[in-house]
Amino acid sequence: MQRFSTIGRRAFQVGLITLPALGFAAAASAQEVRIGISAELSAMDPHYHNLTPNNMIAQQIYEPLVGQDVTQKLTPLLAESWKAIDDTTWEFKLRKNVKFHDGSPFTVDDVLATFQRAPNVPKSPSSFGAYVRGKEFSKVDDHTFRVKTAAPAPLVPTDFSTFGVISAKCKDTTTEEFNAGKCAAGGTGPYKHGEYVAGDRVVLTRNDSYWGAKPIWATARFRIITSSPTRVAALLAGDVDVIENVPTTDVARLKADPKINVASTVSNRVIYFHMDHFRENSPFITAKDGSPIKNPLRDLRVRQALSMAINRPGIVDRIMEKEAIPANQLLPDQFFGTSKKLKPIAFDLNGAKKLLTEAGYPNGFKMKMHGPNGRYLNDTKIIEAVAQMFSRLGIDTEVETLPAGNFFSRASQGAPGNLPEFSFILVGWGAGTGESSDSLKALLATFDREKGMGATNRGRYSNPAFDAKLVEALRTVDDAKRDLALAAAMEIGMNDLGLIPVHYQLNTWATRKGFKFEARTNEYTLATSISKE
Amino acid sequence: MLAFILRRLAQSSFVIGAMLVIVFFGVNVVGDPIWMLVSPDMNQEQIAETARQLGLDRPIWEQFAIFLKNAAQGDLGRSFVHGESAITLILSRMPATLELAFVALAMAIVIGLPLGLYAGLKPDSRISRAIMALSILGFSLPTFWVGLMLILTFAVALGWLPATGRGETVSILGVETSLLTIDGWQHVALPALNLALLKISLVIRLARAGAREAALMDYVKFARAKGLSQRRIIGVHILKNIMIPIVTVLGLEFGSLVAFSVVTETIFAWPGMGRLLLEAITRLDRPVIVAYVMVVVVLFVTINLLVDLVYSALDPRVRLTEATT
Repeated sequence: MQRFSTIGRRAFQVGLITLPALGFAAAASAQEVRIGISAELSAMDPHYHNLTPNNMIAQQIYEPLVGQDVTQKLTPLLAESWKAIDDTTWEFKLRKNVKFHDGSPFTVDDVLATFQRAPNVPKSPSSFGAYVRGKEFSKVDDHTFRVKTAAPAPLVPTDFSTFGVISAKCKDTTTEEFNAGKCAAGGTGPYKHGEYVAGDRVVLTRNDSYWGAKPIWATARFRIITSSPTRVAALLAGDVDVIENVPTTDVARLKADPKINVASTVSNRVIYFHMDHFRENSPFITAKDGSPIKNPLRDLRVRQALSMAINRPGIVDRIMEKEAIPANQLLPDQFFGTSKKLKPIAFDLNGAKKLLTEAGYPNGFKMKMHGPNGRYLNDTKIIEAVAQMFSRLGIDTEVETLPAGNFFSRASQGAPGNLPEFSFILVGWGAGTGESSDSLKALLATFDREKGMGATNRGRYSNPAFDAKLVEALRTVDDAKRDLALAAAMEIGMNDLGLIPVHYQLNTWATRKGFKFEARTNEYTLATSISKE
Repeated sequence: MLAFILRRLAQSSFVIGAMLVIVFFGVNVVGDPIWMLVSPDMNQEQIAETARQLGLDRPIWEQFAIFLKNAAQGDLGRSFVHGESAITLILSRMPATLELAFVALAMAIVIGLPLGLYAGLKPDSRISRAIMALSILGFSLPTFWVGLMLILTFAVALGWLPATGRGETVSILGVETSLLTIDGWQHVALPALNLALLKISLVIRLARAGAREAALMDYVKFARAKGLSQRRIIGVHILKNIMIPIVTVLGLEFGSLVAFSVVTETIFAWPGMGRLLLEAITRLDRPVIVAYVMVVVVLFVTINLLVDLVYSALDPRVRLTEATT
């Protein structure tokens, strides 16, 4: 191979290395795929931390009962089928002839052991408890079980798509033991635990006795490369075959490169503005001369004016380099529970000015916007661009971006009484469940600790009509009816501008020629999504 | 001597204590870690429950008291994110960072010393001027930019070296090192060069200044008059005399190589403790940040002490009892 001799000769000339370079890392075999992932996982324990990189790796080893396809529609996985027997009871039938990596058969007992363990992992920074608690499980036979809930729970199958099933033998295994590879054979997935080096790599190996289609790759090597330019360079240099989270600035260049394939799809992540709905006087809004004024954001016309003053196509074109789609609700309308009636929000500066005048602010006001710095794609650039757009509307807008650790703490509970601190913030939201109920419940429902509603409602938006519609939807087990009810709630929240959506991000992967990636809405980079070209 | 060491240790423990307080409360001023940990779709009760489990619901002074109590028993706490002992996490990433720092230090000496000597002995030649110009570049170019350029040149355009990561490792006495495999050296070359660049420039400057001064000294003139070969004059008499300041400075710089290789490790996806720190800071993983700072302070204090001891051994004029600063 030419590469070997060149490197040996040149290395000495350059004086970079003192040992003769006899061999190079063997070029990847046709059986292996090397993947550059953008975020570090915190553990190999499938139930320790509900975090995207953790779930993405874990679910390839420890399959969940219910799968999510590339558009996050639910598909049978370890559960062959499920049905609602009545409003509060679900019955799941398990797939037969499934074996764990250690060869033992998969039965209801393993599922019940998983339900025991998943919500109770000690010191979990973000537990799966929410998906398991409040449910009573009963075994019907070796391959059938029932779930009983106190109230109608249409999302039970969705809940079961979030965490993997482990063998009952592993129910007492600790997180540290999982990291060390103990109980690595306790999953049923297409890939097996090969090697885990914290902060560096995860190696998965093929499960040759997988119940489904045989996985293509004998080995999938996930390398953690957090710096975006480095990830792109690693792809171009041939260190890895696939990378996720391609930075928007590089997408055009990679698309033009004949040696690279780019795959992208709309994501479940919306970028939006949340604003102060609950204070009479909002802390970061004043009249232009600095004197206090009543909070203008409580007037629908002002919110409409702000929304209309945002040039969404401009942001998508110039800042996101077309790696986004203008948004008019919380999820793109191909997802479950979204409205098909909502129209795109047109950019209309004159209309916005008129509304602002009608609302009693012909000369605008002064406002300070806040946002995280480096948390979402191009977040700082977006908020700065929007500030300029608001300035053209006549609102003197200042911007302050903060490190995420500081921003979320203050945006959630920075004001006295653990109330949100800011007046107008840029945030993002990914709908992990692949439908809209989660987003509506967390972002727009009235903040209510008892009922667990509106936990991330950092504007404290509250609208009884919206709440009523959402509660109705959350109690509707029939899919078609729930879809409509959620859409109706979405329309109420969006027409009232409980928050102002900006755009949906695209998820983008790049591969070397010879590899193909099937893009997914949920940001998971799975070895099974990669095929040979 | 013993009194000196003891006083040093007392001073150091004061430094460590002060750093502890600053870092512990400093992280808390930045934000409440709970918001960086919980999944966004958790409800209020689940968030509160997680905070309870991690002890984050208690007032900060109470958290500090608990921390002190555990620290007195040698337990610096568990990472909020990883759930493992913070000190274990750091120590497990340390070999990778030490490896990088050693190679960078070696590069600084092997590349910097000859170039600096040359520039010092022939200050007016064109080559010397070129060397000095390069050393200015080495000082002034930002590390992250040089790192990316190295990757683009040697990995992407030329394809000689891998762009990222650590090579194959071999276990020796329980420590994983990649310096015994060829693959390992290929991986370490670029990040080490990136990290070494600043130190190379530093050594060039020190060696040049020292050599220029030494070349005019009487003992050099005398050696020359005695008819010693040029090689012996430079290699023995000049080199020996200029080494003292260089060794001192490099000793201290080694500490900063280990502690602050954050940028290089991030760019080259090097799985060392610098990246662990960066990750911990972005996620407000307080136990890891605190433990990291403790490790670094101990490291610096130890190196300082060693340098002082070595220095007094090298130069009999230095008396340790006076070197209290």
